[in-house]
Amino acid sequence: MSGSRVSAVLADTKAQGRSALVGYLPVGFPTVEGSIRAMEVMVENGVDIVEIGLPYTDPLMDGPVIQTAATRALENGVRVADVFKAGEAVSAAGAAALVMTYWNPVLRYGADAFARQLSASGVSGLITPDLVPDEAQDWITASDAHDLDRVFLVAPSSTDERLVSTTAASRGFVYATSLMGVTGARASVGEAASVLVERVRRVTDVPVCVGLGVSTGEQVHEVGQFADGVIVGSALVRCLLDAPDLDSGLQALGALTRELAAGCRR
Amino acid sequence: MSDNRIGRFGDYGGRYVPEALVAALEELDEQRSKAMHDPGFLGELAQLHRSYTGRPSIITEVPRFAEHCGGARVVLKREDLNHTGSHKINNVLGQALLTKRMGKRRVIAETGAGQHGVATATAAALLGLECVVYMGRVDTERQALNVARMRLLGAEVVPVDHGSRTLKDAVNEAFRDWVTHVDHTHYVLGTVTGPYPFPEMVRDFHRIIGVEARQQMLDEIGRLPDAVCACVGGGSNAMGIFHRFIDDPDVRLIGLEGGGEGVDSGRHASRFSGQATPGVLHGAFTYVLQDDDGQTIESHSVSAGLDYPSVGPEHAYLKDIGRAEYHPVTDDEAMEAFRLLAQTEGILPAIESSHALAGAMKVGRELGPDGLVLVNLSGRGDKDVDSAARWFGLLPDEEEQS
Ligand SMILES: Cc1ncc(COP(=O)(O)O)c(C=O)c1O
Repeated sequence: MSGSRVSAVLADTKAQGRSALVGYLPVGFPTVEGSIRAMEVMVENGVDIVEIGLPYTDPLMDGPVIQTAATRALENGVRVADVFKAGEAVSAAGAAALVMTYWNPVLRYGADAFARQLSASGVSGLITPDLVPDEAQDWITASDAHDLDRVFLVAPSSTDERLVSTTAASRGFVYATSLMGVTGARASVGEAASVLVERVRRVTDVPVCVGLGVSTGEQVHEVGQFADGVIVGSALVRCLLDAPDLDSGLQALGALTRELAAGCRR
Repeated sequence: MSDNRIGRFGDYGGRYVPEALVAALEELDEQRSKAMHDPGFLGELAQLHRSYTGRPSIITEVPRFAEHCGGARVVLKREDLNHTGSHKINNVLGQALLTKRMGKRRVIAETGAGQHGVATATAAALLGLECVVYMGRVDTERQALNVARMRLLGAEVVPVDHGSRTLKDAVNEAFRDWVTHVDHTHYVLGTVTGPYPFPEMVRDFHRIIGVEARQQMLDEIGRLPDAVCACVGGGSNAMGIFHRFIDDPDVRLIGLEGGGEGVDSGRHASRFSGQATPGVLHGAFTYVLQDDDGQTIESHSVSAGLDYPSVGPEHAYLKDIGRAEYHPVTDDEAMEAFRLLAQTEGILPAIESSHALAGAMKVGRELGPDGLVLVNLSGRGDKDVDSAARWFGLLPDEEEQS
């Protein structure tokens, strides 16, 4: 049983009879300070867990919104170490944090060194969209050594066998991708998500959070009926992307976060 | 040559992909393993090679070109004579037949020079499959002829505007499409990289180059070559010709990378020059041009097909164990080799393949008049006529300027 802050939040929201709201933003967009401020705004407006994105040059699981933000962040000079700064700020703001990252930046940094820094900055662990447990021995060792969460993904295409092995390797929660595809807002959530969550529940007690395509309070409410947590990314990022300046972006972000948070509490 | 961890060549390879793709990769692995032992599948592929591609491709000795190679004898393996103009068709026909076997109706591909896209569009037309090809915007401009060819063949060509707008970004976009449509779509990856089983499968479809070439050298020249030269983008034509020679220790295997404006300029595509380091890109652990943060560094080469920051994992392994050597060839050197082959032998090579020819000029000088060099001429230069004519200032409106 993991003692991470993420686990504590999920236990707490469960006790309240509601799902947790997980909000994603990439560090460094529009600037490092701006992104940290934006994460704080999400926390102030009801996000329970912040997913801190580490921008990467080749994000093959991401749609155009997140990729555009990540590319701008890189152009603005964001560095891997900035993710630890964001982690400290989110913890200080009172929320649990996970870092969402493709594997190569961690590999390059050194899995153990990365884990040590994460732990020092108060982050609970990693979500790894292109690292499946089969290839994750280095990360499993490092996350064990530093008592960090390992959020692996499951998909509608995962076999029952893989649901068992992937959830067994996961800690904190399991990320169920609600559809086959990449990040980005969708008009409706669809059947696949609830079917997948049900399949996961049959093989594990690890909490299940659902992401990909969720963008409105109504969708959060819908998914919250069957998932332990609901993950929203592109819709939040879009608030900052579409805004003429940071202040109006933060206002839009705060308003959307409140709508989403209300969706969890209905 | 690889150890027995599944999908690894030494430490290299693996399968670093979203979970959503794992089921498709496992199905692909199972189907291609069965197919490679199925006389029906192998017979159908062999028949296509004979009656559609034009295999076996011939070998051609090029004595006038060899005068520029220290007097060593030089023999070309003529993959440029294949239908669609490059080696790429060998792999694509194999994967297109597998697509049918898996009951999928749509294929997608990434392409740099356009040759892989053209081959995929061709196979799709032949077998009645839907086809979408992703191509970096920069490459659609420098390889406009191939964009038109793909469209004439009935494929949809999607220009990619992210990142460096070249091959690497086309690969990202193809993966995104695949994650979304994997139930009815097969991703015809164009080279020996990507997640397992692609590196091994693509190599196996290209092995025929080396199998034929080795026998042709023995039958027609009377001995094995001292060196085999091939250009290395992702590395498929090189793996194809190298593989059958791996157990011939006296045959040097030499891969030539895009040296761009020179390795010291930072504008190059040389993954083995000492600046690249092992990392993960596009599903495989291999050599990657990357910075200290693990961000991919954009590559540069006059040749769209070599302009890629990563390389097939089996090459990384051959490099580490010392079985193959890899050298950069600059844009200038490649274009000079292009000009020489055209003017001494009447053969217009692809700019990619011109890197291998430039490699032969160097190794030929090392070997001297007793040397024998086999060059994989991976493609013909039709697609590059415009780029080459510009390079040499031969277009009417540029003649005054140059
Ligand atoms: C003629 C030709 N040769 C070589 C290449 C490079 O690919 P690879 O290294 O996989 O053979 C290409 C790629 O487009 C090509 O068109």
